[in-house]
Amino acid sequence: MGRPTLAVWKFASCDGCQLTLLDCEDELLTLTGRIKIAYFLEATAAAGDGPYDVSLVEGSITTPTDLDRIQHVRAVSGKLITIGACATAGGIQALRDFADVEEFTSVVYARPEYIATLARSTPISAHVPVDFELRGCPIDRRQLVEVLAAHLTGRTPDVPGHSVCFECKSRGSVCVMVARGTPCLGPITHAGCGAICPAYGRGCYGCFGPSPAWSGTRPNTRGLLPWLDMTEDETHRVLSTFNVSAFREEQRPEGAGDDAPQ
Amino acid sequence: MTHRNDRTLKVGALARVEGEGAMYVRARGRAVEEVRLDIYEPPRFFEAFLRGRAYTEPPDITARICGICPIAYQMSACQAIEAACGVKVGGTLSELRRLLYCGEWIESHALHVYLLHAPDFLGYPGAVELARDHRAVVERGLRLKKAGNTLLEVLGGRAIHPVNVRVGGFHRTPARTELAPLAELLRQARDDALATVEWAAEFEFPDFAHDHEYLALSTGRYPLESGVLRSSAGRAFSAAEFERNIVEEQVPHSTALHARFTDGGPYLTGPLARYSLNRDRLSPLALEAADRAGLGIECRNPFRSILVRAVEIVYAVDEALRIITAYEPPPRPAVPVPPREGTGHGVTEAPRGVLYHRYGFGPDGLIRAARIVPPTSQNQAAIEDDLRRFIAAHLHLDDHALTHQCEQAIRNYDPCISCSTHFLDLTVERS
Repeated sequence: MGRPTLAVWKFASCDGCQLTLLDCEDELLTLTGRIKIAYFLEATAAAGDGPYDVSLVEGSITTPTDLDRIQHVRAVSGKLITIGACATAGGIQALRDFADVEEFTSVVYARPEYIATLARSTPISAHVPVDFELRGCPIDRRQLVEVLAAHLTGRTPDVPGHSVCFECKSRGSVCVMVARGTPCLGPITHAGCGAICPAYGRGCYGCFGPSPAWSGTRPNTRGLLPWLDMTEDETHRVLSTFNVSAFREEQRPEGAGDDAPQ
Repeated sequence: MTHRNDRTLKVGALARVEGEGAMYVRARGRAVEEVRLDIYEPPRFFEAFLRGRAYTEPPDITARICGICPIAYQMSACQAIEAACGVKVGGTLSELRRLLYCGEWIESHALHVYLLHAPDFLGYPGAVELARDHRAVVERGLRLKKAGNTLLEVLGGRAIHPVNVRVGGFHRTPARTELAPLAELLRQARDDALATVEWAAEFEFPDFAHDHEYLALSTGRYPLESGVLRSSAGRAFSAAEFERNIVEEQVPHSTALHARFTDGGPYLTGPLARYSLNRDRLSPLALEAADRAGLGIECRNPFRSILVRAVEIVYAVDEALRIITAYEPPPRPAVPVPPREGTGHGVTEAPRGVLYHRYGFGPDGLIRAARIVPPTSQNQAAIEDDLRRFIAAHLHLDDHALTHQCEQAIRNYDPCISCSTHFLDLTVERS
């Protein structure tokens, strides 16, 4: 048995999540001793042919070409793991979903007709089956190593689904919302970052997306909102940034009509 | 359609760059007829969706344009917003911003030097393969990169998309005891950075020189987080005059816009321009390292940009140590910045070059218009020009070798394609 092979793919994104793999400075050479990097354009010009045991996919689907490319990635991948808010929730570029993309194009480009883009920015799971979704904008390095290590040993990754508040308490930070009245999305945001923002004196801005609630699947977003003491516009903006699609989904009443991406 | 004598070179996608792009070259006989750097990175429309956001939001939002240089986006955004609001952030807060920027330069330059660029000179497809034969070298590069990232983590909260930057300063400023352990790390990094310059100075550099006009910030110090723009041809203008001096044009083959001076030509920004225009502002140690490496009073060979980056790492480490040693926590983490109707401009030196932001605000502090001009779109025309001349002088090479060298020529610029769309299949047609 040779080493398992790893491929890293990029769709619409900032490169930050795949960079997280290179940012594992202490683990990188150990990791590459255990896993063979067979395709990772940002890191190597050597591109082995698939299939690959594991694929890490960064970025969201925003162009007609990428609709086809993600099918190819799925076909050549054993396990497909999405990394980051773009790949798991459409990312910040999903702000187009709630606007007129043609108007957006005309704001940025003098000749919009040269630009081929889809009206929506969709997560990978909207198009192909995904084996594991790692959240975050950006993902957390420790969680990435955990997910890869879990795959190597054939166990389930230990990536908790509780909220940022849990991490904040275990870190021993003072609650910025209770002590200072600073609006904080910690109670409804998925853990994983290590509760950095409260430790730096600011409220969580939700870059890991909505947490699953205690017993169900939805965080009590509507329950939190009155606590935030923000205007409706401010609340709307804070929930409409790095995981806009995921938070919008959580805000919808149960049983609301489905407008899932095509 | 290709002629019987045509030669076509193809590379699936350009490796070891940030983002996605392709290159197309058409040659007829000994003439290079067309060179296109095709950037097919999907557009992400930041300038469009920034409209309607609060004046406090661009540092967090625009950081997401690039995972490799988020600080550059945060710093240019803060500068532009503060200018619009009539606030000047100085003293220790400004020094802390410079310190944070040093962390990004160290991390980004170390990534490019060791993981993206050096493998070209040593004949390896990437750093992992390089590590099999030269493990200690790659470990040195990773150690250096980690030093930059640690600085970002301590001061910014995390290395990618740091959370601690805000308009007016920081959410929380560090205690002296938090920064002190960094000094130890940075002293090791200084040795590693000096060793990097000596190591890269031994590489074989193709004999190639360009004559692009250079554009970089200029201040009393080596340029990072502020300054006025100066060029090698004697232009001088402020951030507020950027759009009077530089225009961006859309070309059909790229989702990145092309920039040029209003009165004509392309120009180059980035390490070569910074070094050539500001060499005498380097720290004594960095200047000495540059001299030992044989970098003259200016550097016009893009292949030697790896040396300039290595020298800039020495500078950034030196500068970070200086700031940490002198650090006394300021009385407050940020100065108040009340919103105000108006327009503000900001320019800083991202690792890859000049990064310009402009925001127009309404009286409610919401953004009415935004414009962002990243370094890669400014450098795109100069990169294409280099390729044209490089290919013309190397048409005797076989397709494989020429393709490889073209990719190398592009990597000289550390093009950040995620930024510029806001990289590379290679096709060469010959006849």
